[in-house]
Amino acid sequence: MTAIEILSGILVILGSLSIIVGLLGVYRMPDFFTRLHAASVIDTLGTILILFGLILYAGLNIVSIKLLLILIFILITTPTAAHALAKSALHGKLKPMTDDD
Amino acid sequence: MFEIPTFMILLSMLLALVSAIIGKTIYDKILAVNIFGTVTVLFIALFGFLTKRPEFLDIALVYALINFISTVAILKFFEYGDISASSIEKEKGDI
Amino acid sequence: MSNYDIFFHKISLIISLALLWLMLSGHYTPLLLLLGLLSVLAVTIISSRMKLITYDQPILQLYFIRFIPYGFWLLIQVIKSNIDVCRRILNPKLPISPRLISLKSSQSSSFARMVYANSITLTPGTISIDLDGSNIEVHSLSLEGAEGLKTGKMDKKITDSEAQPYV
Repeated sequence: MTAIEILSGILVILGSLSIIVGLLGVYRMPDFFTRLHAASVIDTLGTILILFGLILYAGLNIVSIKLLLILIFILITTPTAAHALAKSALHGKLKPMTDDD
Repeated sequence: MFEIPTFMILLSMLLALVSAIIGKTIYDKILAVNIFGTVTVLFIALFGFLTKRPEFLDIALVYALINFISTVAILKFFEYGDISASSIEKEKGDI
Repeated sequence: MSNYDIFFHKISLIISLALLWLMLSGHYTPLLLLLGLLSVLAVTIISSRMKLITYDQPILQLYFIRFIPYGFWLLIQVIKSNIDVCRRILNPKLPISPRLISLKSSQSSSFARMVYANSITLTPGTISIDLDGSNIEVHSLSLEGAEGLKTGKMDKKITDSEAQPYV
């Protein structure tokens, strides 16, 4: 095992831990809109850490180009899906819980 | 060395499915299915490395595309009641 | 729109699809190259029959290049706010105070406004709910996230990158 392989293993394990944390947030949050925030932890931190760790493990070849393509695609589409969900929930008469003081 | 993360991701897929079943509103269920899709893309990519067959990445790429389109299509169906509905004349724009 | 422009739009679509095919395939035998060429031509014919090629845009879509330095800055912000949201989730008391705020975006082009709204949503802790002209309705998980957006640092960075000439 070289140093790069160990580093990529650590990144992948951190990524899967952050996915578990995000799902824990989805279970704990009180309201739909706050649940969206917890879900975006999975979409950004988990995806970035796992795919970056796999890119480090694969080295520079066609596999890492495909991984980079998946990463860019997920980072572009998941905010769009989250925005569509939030807007559609707002139009569907779902009131966001606010805590103004 | 990828066995432990793959097991953890399988566990989180299970958690996402349970969250889709117990979700109260329809939007909670759609959000859980969207999370399940994202986690599945990561699982397929990791599984390709676990079995030393990187051809699985093509499947992961296609699954990422289908996941986005299915989320937007389901949302459009619940907002307009019709997947092929046009929103050009609506001033608020598409979904 | 002249026939000449339509021809060049189709050629640029064919070239970009062929580059994508070559990047993803990895097998370069004559039979597979022929099949790839056939699929590229089929996609071009279908998308021109469905009127999916918009002819009022410039042929080479290199507009996004000027936002690449901003992307690296955004990556650091995303990781910072990820750590913040993770600490809030793992805290047993769940210290959240969700609120709705309204922001004004100072970008001129719709592409830059799209980049701004998508960056707000990509950063955990803030989600852009509604876009109406230059007003953006934002749902924020905590007071700190809302205050950070109200300083307008992200807005200024995007407006600066938009004003840059081509790199």
